[in-house]
Amino acid sequence: MDAIEVKDLSKSFEGLNAVDRVTFSVHKSEIFGFLGPNGAGKTTTVRMLTGVIKPDSGEARVMGRDIVRETQRVKEVLGVLPETANAYPDLTAWRNMMLIASLYGIPRREGERRAATLLKEFGIYERRSSKVKGFSKGMKQRLMLCMALVSDPEVLFLDEPTSGLDVQSARSIRQRIKELQEERKTVFLTSHNMQEVGELCDRVGIINKGKMVTVDSPENLRTRIGGSVAVEVRLDKAVDMSRLEFNAERVGGTYRIYTTEPHDVIRSIVGFATLNGLKILSLNVQSPSLEDVFVKLTGGSNGQ
Amino acid sequence: MGSKVWAIAKKDIQMYYFKGPVVIFGVLFPLFLFLAFYIGRNLPAAFLIPGLVAMTIFFTSTSVSPVIMPWETQMRTLERLISCPITVRTLIVGDILASFIFGACISAVPVAVGVALGVGVKSPVILALAVLLSAFCFSSLGLLFSAPPTSLVSNIMMLSTFVKFPVIFISGIFIPLENMPTWGVVVASLSPLTYFTDLARFSIQGYAYYPLYADFVALLIYSALFLLLAVKLHERALPKRF
Ligand SMILES: Nc1ncnc2c1ncn2[C@@H]1O[C@H](COP(=O)(O)OP(=O)(O)OP(=O)(O)O)[C@@H](O)[C@H]1O
Ligand SMILES: [Mg+2]
Repeated sequence: MDAIEVKDLSKSFEGLNAVDRVTFSVHKSEIFGFLGPNGAGKTTTVRMLTGVIKPDSGEARVMGRDIVRETQRVKEVLGVLPETANAYPDLTAWRNMMLIASLYGIPRREGERRAATLLKEFGIYERRSSKVKGFSKGMKQRLMLCMALVSDPEVLFLDEPTSGLDVQSARSIRQRIKELQEERKTVFLTSHNMQEVGELCDRVGIINKGKMVTVDSPENLRTRIGGSVAVEVRLDKAVDMSRLEFNAERVGGTYRIYTTEPHDVIRSIVGFATLNGLKILSLNVQSPSLEDVFVKLTGGSNGQ
Repeated sequence: MGSKVWAIAKKDIQMYYFKGPVVIFGVLFPLFLFLAFYIGRNLPAAFLIPGLVAMTIFFTSTSVSPVIMPWETQMRTLERLISCPITVRTLIVGDILASFIFGACISAVPVAVGVALGVGVKSPVILALAVLLSAFCFSSLGLLFSAPPTSLVSNIMMLSTFVKFPVIFISGIFIPLENMPTWGVVVASLSPLTYFTDLARFSIQGYAYYPLYADFVALLIYSALFLLLAVKLHERALPKRF
């Protein structure tokens, strides 16, 4: 049995097919990345799977439990970090944690123990008695993550957990997501950060305009776009590269050339530089990034 | 389910009710409205106090309960809340419980005012039962107001005001039932507040228009009706809040 099984799930809003017969599954203790442009239907999918809204048609199971007929039992195994949700601003961090703990039916002592551990781990224990409205964005987000973890859930839905955070906060959250996998938890992660998804996820699903485009591992996805690589070169002087027989794209001081034959390209660049008395400052070969794949698969369009 | 209901109620009390303005408004508004009607009319305090108690319990029980849902929709706290394993019923009953506690506690203020003015309570048990049942009934009514899935607090305030004032004016607060023409009594019987006022008059002045059991049955029926309707409508409305 897979942790999440989704079949032909659909939802429309006033005639707009926000999610259109989406089918995929997420294995147990896998980190599954869910990518798509703005308005692709990611949050709508997450809301259906977490029992917040009902699908129009199709079905889905989380840990074998039907999301429509057994919504409460689904929610019991979930930890959720919604995209645009807030903790109660007029309650303290501690009260927010205890509220969620009681709503999961966790006995008080146990809830207090877990809340203390989590708040310490995320560096907000010292501020536990302050009202959340005084917290910075990063602190609020870390608190929301603590709230998602307090029930020790088997499956986590994290909708853009690191968006808008500074490098340290984002990194500590990513670190924690990796640890969750070691604890054999299943993570459903939505993000616009390709590097983050490439680094964390075992498999990635790409959705565009409500339709599932593909599901594959980041490695397989990278080799998808025709096996081409990018050769990047930096020279000591700005030159007219159009004299080369390759199509060079200029990014800042660097020239980038997409090719399936890096060997030929490098030879001509070196020849070109020698001939013109130019110094090569750096030269490297990049396999395509997940971002390239993403842009290609989603047609560079956004669904809005 | 009990502990989850209590967790919701506790959150409501800390978030919404433990605020100076809310409490003061809950006491002062009914008082001013009441005085506006009675000033200059030489009526005995024993007649005034039951009306003041009725007004207070009605206003306090329906003051905050209607705005919790639109508030939480706007503050975006609701999605986190209902991602937890709770039903809409738990949520609604929790909100009602908070409002009930607030309404029942604040209604002690006008009773105390009455005692200070020398108006004794002849049947404290009946009054206490009536207060508890009505606080529940009016709190449920308050939640009924917030059923439209909007995030605009002002819309819900407007809607609830539109309903609240007629409910007060047709009730027996300002004109005792026995002084009303038949059609007045018929109209008054539509207001749940009529039955509480009748019970309060019995407890304080010593006589009631309806038999006591009829007042209680009417309040029970209204409570059940409001509660069921509130749960049904909120179940339908909740997914539309996202
Ligand atoms: N409650 C709603 N009412 C009307 N339309 C909605 C509603 N929720 C979502 N939509 C629409 O459904 C589509 C998908 O939205 P969704 O929020 O799922 O996108 P997303 O992939 O999460 O985007 P983002 O990356 O910006 O978070 C959008 O066109 C959006 O406008
Ligand atoms: Mg989204």
